[in-house]
Amino acid sequence: MYRYDEFDRTLLAERVHEFRGQVARRLSGELNEEEFRSLRLMNGIYLQLHAYMLRIAIPYGTLSSKQLRQLAYVGRKYDRGYGHFTTRQNIQFHWIKLAQLPDAMADLAEVGLHGMQTSGNCVRNLTTDQWAGVAPDEIEDPRVWAELVRQHVTLHPEFSFLPRKFKIAVGAAGHDRAALRIHDLALRLHKNGAGETGFEVMVGGGLGRTPFLAKTIKPFLPKRDVLSYVEAVLRLYNQYGRRDNIYKARIKILVHDKGAEQFAKEVEAEWQSIKDGALALDPAVVAEIAARFEYPEYETLENEPAALKAARADARFAAWLDNSVSNHKRPGYAIVTLSLKPTGQTPGDATSDQMDKIADIADRYSFGEIRVGHEQNLCLPHVAQRDLPEVWRALDAIGVATPNVNEITDIIACPGLDYCSLANARAIPVAQEISQRFRDRKLSSELGRLHINISGCINACGHHHVGHIGILGVEKNGEEFYQISIGGRADNAAELGALIGPAVPYEQVADVVEDLAEAYLDLRERPDELFIETVKRVGVEPFKERVYATR
Amino acid sequence: MPLVRGGRIAADNFTRIEDGAPIPEEGAVLVPAARFLADVEELTRRSAPTGVLWPNDRNVTELAPYLDKLALVALVFPTFKDGRAYSQARLLRERYGYRGEMRATGQVLRDQFSFLLRAGFDSFDVVKATDAEAFEEAARRYSVFFQPTGDGRVTVARERVNRLAGQPRRDRVRA
Repeated sequence: MYRYDEFDRTLLAERVHEFRGQVARRLSGELNEEEFRSLRLMNGIYLQLHAYMLRIAIPYGTLSSKQLRQLAYVGRKYDRGYGHFTTRQNIQFHWIKLAQLPDAMADLAEVGLHGMQTSGNCVRNLTTDQWAGVAPDEIEDPRVWAELVRQHVTLHPEFSFLPRKFKIAVGAAGHDRAALRIHDLALRLHKNGAGETGFEVMVGGGLGRTPFLAKTIKPFLPKRDVLSYVEAVLRLYNQYGRRDNIYKARIKILVHDKGAEQFAKEVEAEWQSIKDGALALDPAVVAEIAARFEYPEYETLENEPAALKAARADARFAAWLDNSVSNHKRPGYAIVTLSLKPTGQTPGDATSDQMDKIADIADRYSFGEIRVGHEQNLCLPHVAQRDLPEVWRALDAIGVATPNVNEITDIIACPGLDYCSLANARAIPVAQEISQRFRDRKLSSELGRLHINISGCINACGHHHVGHIGILGVEKNGEEFYQISIGGRADNAAELGALIGPAVPYEQVADVVEDLAEAYLDLRERPDELFIETVKRVGVEPFKERVYATR
Repeated sequence: MPLVRGGRIAADNFTRIEDGAPIPEEGAVLVPAARFLADVEELTRRSAPTGVLWPNDRNVTELAPYLDKLALVALVFPTFKDGRAYSQARLLRERYGYRGEMRATGQVLRDQFSFLLRAGFDSFDVVKATDAEAFEEAARRYSVFFQPTGDGRVTVARERVNRLAGQPRRDRVRA
């Protein structure tokens, strides 16, 4: 866990005080809606179809049980008793009243939580691997660097009014679980030939109307230079990013227009003039931040204890164990993923009651720590393997042990037209219908790893471009239609999906997904060839033929 | 539109000169960028102070050679959501060493004051009288600063390290 101190608490108190004044000015008419809009956005407050929505940052997806309980409390007191976890490791409450927002923010600030910079044209919440600090394949804990950068961009006086939003992710593992290449800026920790650790810097990724994967502009950046380099990138973007067209304002367009090589040169020139100034990192500063990440006092345990082996006799437990439990870097421990995708429900929703119970389970079995992943699931990062049967029973009792992690029903979806004023089409009911169609565990498991991503509009909050199956809602003559693409992925081999053909109406989306699943089962060479690998091998055409043969 | 300078509402002693208009011999003038660059010799020969109104899409490097001849640089916020002038301000102060008055003009609201001060502005054409009156309070809104900028405020990172080293907490520089 990251330990907050009086500076963090002071800042949040000052922020809440400021926001209280802004709400009062809005309610009195001193601020018009246009002026208030940007101010509320920078506190994570959107005006949606039915009410205001509050988005709360969960930096690098790490939560304490105390924080989760407070989220449960806020959900109960100001909302309708539930919250929605998002693809940026945040949580949203969709039914909050404007006049109550300052009180909700004050309650959150008590546990170090806030909505600062979760929306608006500023640097957004930093994200990273939800398994950071416990993943066996990472070279070091990326959260230390995410926290350093997060602090640096918090209320940054130069970069709080950028052309558009700016998303940063940090990764340090062999396997990319942070979707680095779809970020405006991504920092990947790795070792160079000389054995030193530094960052590969990628810029210009992003989805939306014009999707791009980020390009590497600096293969190896020494750690001491990370803040000055980020500053140089942001300074160029702030000055030269387009502001005349909202759809061309992300840094990806600037990078594309200049060309990555030219952009890299300009960043280099700017960086050279600031790299040895006040932003050069003092090792004492890094050490101070690193020291505030507290790690559990693990016991010395063996892998695969007898109790675990015996518990496998229960087929339901065994299915969950095989699906939702992953290797931990410490022997005898495991990382447990909590599926927020039960059959037929809204992906990413958790009730306040569930949050309270998960906090209790985390206290008892996971050193009081919970993680949020960009797949809209939660994690318990430090569970002793011998406790897994008990943990499973406790999670199963509250409906967060569906063994469908990474399977076809582990769907990522934005809130869509049910909540969002930007959406053209519903996303949640599409996810619910697909989830019902594939509720048969045997079929879902047979299909293996298969990610479905659904966005209700071109802004792509559901990351449809990088779904193995991507579904995008569009509006045609007042009706909801859906474009289907396949072959996208957001990991180390990141790729944008390809459209399979004309959009289909709402009622046919789940049928199309069934056709794609059947086509895959016929086309795959062997049972362990994943859907995404089959698409890569045979291309879109055979899938397209199957889907459109009868349409 | 009240002007805030030195933390207080003050009279604006600069006269804005339009592009074609003659430049008076006496009195402080604020001149558009293109006019300034065209007439730079004439302007800097005057004994009265000269200021320049610099647009936010023009590189401030062009202005750098003349900074010691300027009494005022006014940077523009066409809307408060357009933050290009923050970068211009920091470059002028921190890279080119400009020490004269630097003014924020355009849509300037109280919610920008702390950012503007940190970026190096020291005078403000404020849109609303209520915001101008609230300057003092708004400027003191925040006491926690994460970024080192040219304003010299001590960063949180530095304070934390000092605290670890057992040094007493310094009084932070306030606006």
